[in-house]
Amino acid sequence: MMEFLLEPWPWYVAGPLISLVMFALIIGGKTFGVSSNLRTICSACGAGKISGFFDFNWKAQTWNLIFILGTLIGGYIAQNHLSNDNSIALASDTVTELKNIGITTENQGYVPSELFDLSNNENVLLAVLLLSIGGFLVGFGTRYAGGCTSGHAITGLSQLQVGSLIAVIGFFIGGLFITHFILPLIF
Amino acid sequence: MKKLYFLFWGIIFGIVLIKSEVASWFRIYEMFQFDSFHMYGVIGTAVISGIILTQLLKRMRVKSIDDKELVFQDKDFLPKKYLIGGTIFGLGWALTGACPGPMFALFGAGYYSILIAIVFAILGTLAYGVLKDKLPH
Repeated sequence: MMEFLLEPWPWYVAGPLISLVMFALIIGGKTFGVSSNLRTICSACGAGKISGFFDFNWKAQTWNLIFILGTLIGGYIAQNHLSNDNSIALASDTVTELKNIGITTENQGYVPSELFDLSNNENVLLAVLLLSIGGFLVGFGTRYAGGCTSGHAITGLSQLQVGSLIAVIGFFIGGLFITHFILPLIF
Repeated sequence: MKKLYFLFWGIIFGIVLIKSEVASWFRIYEMFQFDSFHMYGVIGTAVISGIILTQLLKRMRVKSIDDKELVFQDKDFLPKKYLIGGTIFGLGWALTGACPGPMFALFGAGYYSILIAIVFAILGTLAYGVLKDKLPH
């Protein structure tokens, strides 16, 4: 059992577990939507003064802030106590494609050093810029669309919402554009 | 007590995101290259089991753990909002390799530079809130 826990978990274990998390939040009287926390944080920081969009009783959303605090702790536990090593068994075509666009750190962890290493990176300014732009687009887009992967792709599709299907199609339009047309130009 | 309930499920979620490599930038890149079934398997089985669980909850009229009606929000039908917003989200997802959940899991796992993306995701949400009435929906 422990041996299995320490290996990477296959998709047919991860998928049902994610829907179990959604299920637990629904019977907890809530919904599964991580990005709502970003709006809650804006509101808690006083953004209600500059836009009515943030003028709501954010304290009623404390449960969700606790949930993402848990997500952070879960990330720590998985990394430090439930993992043997960090290398990811990527498809060989993906590894080749990564080399073509100038990313060669695919066996050193969950993220490419070219984009995430801020201490030993000759392109540190580029990395900070990309993380900033990427993060901004995630925050702007998710609120515009009314949800992220948890709210639309998992919860929305589980409830057969057409709007969520459109949002997920949008996720792919944006993602495919960056992956196939922008990333090859950057590194 | 209820706080511990949400903390517990958050911890499970974070562990799953790291252990299944869903929080990996490389897995997202691989997904958008259509080179592996992994991410489609995760999302696909999550949605299929999610549909079954949701239908069971609705048909059996299950109450919440504190005996209230469950929350099933029907989304308004605003195709423009979903398509434009979703596309902008997708641009950021492929760049940072992380959607909001994995961002927090990655930070916990020790990839601290993701904090830049988290801070800017909050700023992006702020910008949307300020510009909301000027945007097409």
